[in-house]
Amino acid sequence: MSRTSKSLPVWADILLIPLINLAMALGVSALIIYLIGENPIEALKLMIEGAFGSSEGIGYTLYYATNFIFTGLAVAVAFHAMLFNIGGEGQAYIGGLGVAVALLALDHYLPFWLLFPIAIMSAMLFGAAWAAIPAYLQAYRGSHIVITTIMFNFIAANLMVYLLVNVFIMPGSMTPQSRTFLESAWMPTMQAMFATFGIKISESPLNFSFIISLITSLLVWIYIWHTRWGYEMRSVGFSEPAASYAGINTKKVIMITMLISGALAGLAGVNEIMGVQHKLMLDFVAGYGFTGIAVALMGRNHPVGIIMASILFGALFQGGAELSFDMPAISKEMVFVIQGLIILFSGALAYMSKPWVERLFSIFYRKIEAKEA
Amino acid sequence: MDLSLNDLLSILSATIRLSTPLIFAAMAGIFSERSGVVDISLEGKLLAGAFAAASVAAVTGSAWLGLGAAILTGMALSLVHGFASITHKGDQVVSGVAINIIVSGLTVVLGIAWFHRAGQTPTLPSSARFMSIKLPGADAISQVPFLGEIYTKLISGHNLLVYLAFVCVGLTYWILFKTRFGLRLRAVGENPKAVDTAGISVDFLRYRAILIGGILTGIGGTYISIAQNASFTRDMSAGQGYIALAAMIFGKWKPTPAMLSCFLFGFLEALSMRLQGVVVPFLGEVPVQLIQAGPYILTVVLLAGFVGRAIAPKADGVPYIKER
Repeated sequence: MSRTSKSLPVWADILLIPLINLAMALGVSALIIYLIGENPIEALKLMIEGAFGSSEGIGYTLYYATNFIFTGLAVAVAFHAMLFNIGGEGQAYIGGLGVAVALLALDHYLPFWLLFPIAIMSAMLFGAAWAAIPAYLQAYRGSHIVITTIMFNFIAANLMVYLLVNVFIMPGSMTPQSRTFLESAWMPTMQAMFATFGIKISESPLNFSFIISLITSLLVWIYIWHTRWGYEMRSVGFSEPAASYAGINTKKVIMITMLISGALAGLAGVNEIMGVQHKLMLDFVAGYGFTGIAVALMGRNHPVGIIMASILFGALFQGGAELSFDMPAISKEMVFVIQGLIILFSGALAYMSKPWVERLFSIFYRKIEAKEA
Repeated sequence: MDLSLNDLLSILSATIRLSTPLIFAAMAGIFSERSGVVDISLEGKLLAGAFAAASVAAVTGSAWLGLGAAILTGMALSLVHGFASITHKGDQVVSGVAINIIVSGLTVVLGIAWFHRAGQTPTLPSSARFMSIKLPGADAISQVPFLGEIYTKLISGHNLLVYLAFVCVGLTYWILFKTRFGLRLRAVGENPKAVDTAGISVDFLRYRAILIGGILTGIGGTYISIAQNASFTRDMSAGQGYIALAAMIFGKWKPTPAMLSCFLFGFLEALSMRLQGVVVPFLGEVPVQLIQAGPYILTVVLLAGFVGRAIAPKADGVPYIKER
């Protein structure tokens, strides 16, 4: 997925081109806002203010970012083995199921410090399990992972409706959701954590999961670039026949990569279910799995890039929600338009601007040479 | 549950109505993928078509202008997909995902900006919709037992677009397998280099294929919003584009089997509506969600290769890069 260029300096390839792509996506978005009859500059100001203007806004921004870091890492890890995991949505959904199953079963018996690792393991296990069948089919039966993971998103959605309506629903209740977990099973909020140090911040859904997402990013970075398994994974991504010829068990690598990818997506369930909702409910994933694709593309499949892109998207979601209050003509769905445009420009059209940038650079270099001569 | 002929006919009739948009989208998928372009954006194009048709029909009061707008919208999105994945050799899946997300947001944004009804378009009068038509003689033979009932209740009484879907399947077959254009189109999906060597433009062929797909999804979208329903509501395509994709795979990229798969998936949907909360003897209450997940599960099973094998066109999803 990554391509280095010989005629461009590294910084241009890593920073300049993604920024140009982002600018094009935002340019088209601005045009749409303009056509609706609102002022795009004003809208941008309101969005930035909504996302970063208050500690509450920042809290929401980082809470959204937490989900995107998990789903973004999931997509990125798979990308490194040249696998396109579109199934983050379903894996996160089932990951949340894993959290809920663990907490509903154990919250009466165990203290938080035991529930915490169990819930995380359960989220990863369930997420990985949901990726396992598409992974197996890709590795051993040659069926395309894109199609099977899409199908598994829908199967997950139907499964969750079934489970919530028939199994987890509280007796006598009409809303398909589980009982609320005991408070001892809630992930501590950032507000509470800051309060122990005597710092007061406003209430927001931001919780300890954000810290977990940062630690996870570090672990993923180590895994991809500093372990034998990561090396094997990247070799498979670079050229499957070559990796196979070099003695790497490519089938096993595909399986492991997808299981890790599913486990990472499943962790988004920890943030949502253990950190925010405190119960199992329908549709809590709300498209975060797809945002993960945008985040991975923008972040160039690198954990640092993914954290930055996640914060950008967190700001988009939070700022977009605020914007729709101040400019009712722009609904919060505008965020999805911007997100889709970013996927288009920094994914499918990633190298559209490259020939132009290269030409600019060659003109620039020629001038320098002319001066030197 | 007792099943009379009447019940059976109403389930089958619902099957036809529910399969129609799937058929349009599946044929669109066949054109696209047979030419070597993976099209995840069927879903987005259906949704965009539905929105365009309902909006234009609401403003002009003409169902036909709505249909025209939907077709143009479908083609425009196809051009976006083509620009990214054919001209710029971008990842076809990424481009498709992008289109789906853009459309799901943009239809709501524009709907609210234009009509101020929380993303819904105004409810259309029947003059601005495609209404069911009675085939000639339906009244006359409705009293004839069995055959008369089948004709009146199952074959007659659908709207024009339903019949058009059947025509489209025939046309797709004819174009793909009986014309020179179709031969070249299939060749470009299997071995673009050979086609290129023969002096035929790979890119132009693929553009034409996905534009046909745009037309078909536009009609499919029109059907969803102004024939099956009387207005556009947000996300009303509700995954039908993906079911069509599944039907196309289930039909092994061939028009007639794909149509039959659409019927199968439409039947499952009709059945799940019918079985909501019904207790079936011996089985108990059948979980509706299991039937609704049926298309996806069946497709995965087929893709697993345990029951027959689904083999995609060889160059499907691979951008063609000319050697220089």
